[in-house]
Amino acid sequence: MTVSSPHAPTEQLPLAELLPDGAVASFDRSKDGHTVVIVDRSHLLEVLRRFKDDPRLGCDLLADLCAVDYPDRESRFEVVYHLASLENGHRFRIRVPVEESDPVVPSAYGVWKAADWFEREAYDLMGIKFDGHPNLKRILTHEAFQGHPLRKDYDPGQRWLLTEAETMVPAWATETGKLDDHLESQVLNIGPSHPATHGTLRTVARLDGELIVKAECEIGYLHRCFEKMSETHGWNEVISYTDRLNYCSSHINGAGFALAVEKMLGIEAPPRAQAVHVILSELSRVMDHAVCLGAMLVDVGALTNFWYFFQPREEIYGLLESCAGGRLTVSYARIGGLAHDVPADFVERVRFLLGYIPKFIDDVEALITSNKIFRDRTEGVGMISAEEAVGWGWTGPCLRASGVAYDVRKEFPYHGYDQYDFDVPVATGGDTYARYLVRIEEMRQSLRIVRQALDNLPDGPVITDNHYVALPPKDKVFTEMESMIWHFKLIYDGIKVPPGDAYSAVEGGNGELGYYLVSDGGGKPYRVKVRPPCFAIYQAFPHMLEGHLVSDAIAIQSSLNIIAGELDR
Amino acid sequence: MRQPDGTSTLLTTRVDAMLGWVRKNSLWPLPFGTACCAIEFMSVVSSHYDLSRFGAEVVRFSPRQSDLMIVAGTITDKMAPVVKRIYEQMAEPKYVISMGACACTGGFYRAYHVVQGVDEFVPVDVYVPGCPPTPEALMHGIIKLQEMIQNGETHNDRLKSARTDRAATSG
Repeated sequence: MTVSSPHAPTEQLPLAELLPDGAVASFDRSKDGHTVVIVDRSHLLEVLRRFKDDPRLGCDLLADLCAVDYPDRESRFEVVYHLASLENGHRFRIRVPVEESDPVVPSAYGVWKAADWFEREAYDLMGIKFDGHPNLKRILTHEAFQGHPLRKDYDPGQRWLLTEAETMVPAWATETGKLDDHLESQVLNIGPSHPATHGTLRTVARLDGELIVKAECEIGYLHRCFEKMSETHGWNEVISYTDRLNYCSSHINGAGFALAVEKMLGIEAPPRAQAVHVILSELSRVMDHAVCLGAMLVDVGALTNFWYFFQPREEIYGLLESCAGGRLTVSYARIGGLAHDVPADFVERVRFLLGYIPKFIDDVEALITSNKIFRDRTEGVGMISAEEAVGWGWTGPCLRASGVAYDVRKEFPYHGYDQYDFDVPVATGGDTYARYLVRIEEMRQSLRIVRQALDNLPDGPVITDNHYVALPPKDKVFTEMESMIWHFKLIYDGIKVPPGDAYSAVEGGNGELGYYLVSDGGGKPYRVKVRPPCFAIYQAFPHMLEGHLVSDAIAIQSSLNIIAGELDR
Repeated sequence: MRQPDGTSTLLTTRVDAMLGWVRKNSLWPLPFGTACCAIEFMSVVSSHYDLSRFGAEVVRFSPRQSDLMIVAGTITDKMAPVVKRIYEQMAEPKYVISMGACACTGGFYRAYHVVQGVDEFVPVDVYVPGCPPTPEALMHGIIKLQEMIQNGETHNDRLKSARTDRAATSG
């Protein structure tokens, strides 16, 4: 599969001709430059199929699917599909109005498997039913939960308690499965509290001996209501919540959210802020991959590497602490730039890291890459083909390990990534070993980007001078009347984002981290939907397990780098 | 106790004090790590901060083998029955450290799916604030717990003395 670069505009496409007659209610262009197609639900499946199958559209990736609640509209809900064509570089958004009295839309699972969990999520949180979905039940909230929390009339603090008797057991797990005359299959529960499930993931598997015959995953053990919380906070305050999505690389989340809001506001962060975003994001990516690989190697029995990888992480933490005050959850990004400038010794410290980190990567490579035990456990284990991976909605290092060179930094450059010279590492195996190789090489490429960004680090302000968005400098607030008024206005009213919606993505540690934002013009977001990369990746996991050994399941899971904060939000 | 000159002397102490001293220096933590705090917990046990300096580095994921549960991360209503079950499976004496704002109070997740403090259903000995707490803060919490164990001030000790009192009054 080839990936086009750079992003191709969609204005020239004769969409009215390409799509079925009479199916499209209207076209629109949103602020982010995506073509928006508004479709009646009776034609939805037909339109989705056309988007996927027509070679001129070729949308092979269902990037995201979500629902938005507009209680004041005639049709209360809207289901939004974000489509991407990796080959043509197109981006489309499809919106389908849905009535409150009959909240049903046909399931897109038959077109893209990626719709599986995204539809369950929309059902769970918004109460939209997807006709034809194979397993439509709650996914993030628990079994005793009542109502649909992302609806605007749901009180954010309304809890429902769960007792142990009510916890999920799949229907098939309680049936006794006879394999043959004298053998019975066994059901094994792994997690959520288990060292190899990293705390919050749960898999129920039916075994034939040591072989997994069927598996199902239960997630939501860390569902902390990010999207509902975002709706109750100001735009800048959301950044402290985004940091706790993928907490292994928190700066990328905050920078991505700020970028999405900047798109809606039509502003840009100053060049210095963008370069610092790049440096910190790439170092965060190194940390993210270091945790992923370190934990993965522990799970397959190579503990030493975990300690090796934690040493450079501590040094990067030190740098982040000197910039932002926090080690792990930094909250350093702001809409329009950064909270404040980097410390005086920033360049020196980053230079030290550039010399310090590669040694640890080399050490791990020397121990692991051609290690027979490791290769025996990972080569050919958890293989997934490029087509399947894209169909499930995979992005990031896991997709690149299957041979698809899709990287948001190259396809839809942001923060000036197009100025940097770097490669997108791709492996062809699609197995656990390939995912290891890609991550190792990505750490090196990240350091290469950091080096370039550091060499060309511009001087100047780190936050926009647009005072509708950013506070004026403190010394001016105390000495100038106008600045004081700006300060007062912004503190009092918050940032006012013009009404509309936008989707913006950055390359997170696990892949395309997208934010779909809706604003009603107020000081708080109307709707924030995150496209969590590992949510799409993890939904393929139970299907990948079939035919594997239990010990392989552990190796596969840790190679996917599932971060619960991002998965469950 | 044998002295350097070869003579023997006696050291008198109370059994409780002796047990407390032994227990506090051989804590086996069970990290109930769910979120960001779990990553900081990893830092604490890693080489840089090195929790083994306080005799508490033998991390066990089986509740049967551990006596200190460190709840590191947000606990949701979906997870609550699991935490409770794990706590009940631990053998006494057992202690609980609640690490981070979420485990202490729900943190800034005042929300429909988040437990507003793990002490809703398990007794907590030490609360460590922070989002996430720095490794130093967690180590401070562990040292604090060690003092409490030595002085017999943990929840477990209170429970034990309540039981003894009850037995004394009823008998």
